[in-house]
Amino acid sequence: MTNALGLMDIAVVVAFVTLAAGQLLSMVRLVLGPTPGDRILALDTMVINALGLVVVLGIHQGVQIYFEVSLLIAMLGFVSTVALARFILRGDIIE
Amino acid sequence: MSAEMITTYAAALCLFVGSGFILVGVIGLLKFNDPMTRLHAPTKVGTIGIGMLLLASILHSFSLGSSSMHELLIMGFLFVTAPISANFIAKVSIHRKACETPPEPPRDDTWSTLNQPEGDAIAPEAPDAVPEKL
Repeated sequence: MTNALGLMDIAVVVAFVTLAAGQLLSMVRLVLGPTPGDRILALDTMVINALGLVVVLGIHQGVQIYFEVSLLIAMLGFVSTVALARFILRGDIIE
Repeated sequence: MSAEMITTYAAALCLFVGSGFILVGVIGLLKFNDPMTRLHAPTKVGTIGIGMLLLASILHSFSLGSSSMHELLIMGFLFVTAPISANFIAKVSIHRKACETPPEPPRDDTWSTLNQPEGDAIAPEAPDAVPEKL
């Protein structure tokens, strides 16, 4: 059992580092991004990475209370992506 | 080998696989050189990457003794909304001319996103702008 728990600790640390590196790399694309579509895509990826960070934090602490947080982040991320894309397409969000 | 050990190993494996897919997707987002190609890479982050992390969360809660299946709700929500947001971003790329305009459909038809309704046409000034379909 100690082997399994040690591997789990390593896996959680690897997931944290990967998600943080993912946030940084998509932030680079957000700054560079030549077209507005690239910037919206980078923001969408950053929201999904933040969702993953919250999920891995819940695994690390072994508690269930982060479920609502991640569901809210997922919903807000989808709505904000659609709102940004619609604003660029139509010049207005709700016509 | 007890059941807790097996679920803990499975959760660690899911975490490794999910981290690998997230890293690959974000590197693809940074390195590809065309907006439509860049749109393809981060979809792996949204489906397999986050799906594996949520699966690891489910397995970890099983190994702790308290079963929780709430994560399936987030997984379903993400799987449903990922194609919709990708479709919107592709439409932004098409309309801002960031990629090649799609070729004309074979039959006497227009793509739905490029279709111009009758009322929106600027008819009096430029009647030649919209060519007559035969």
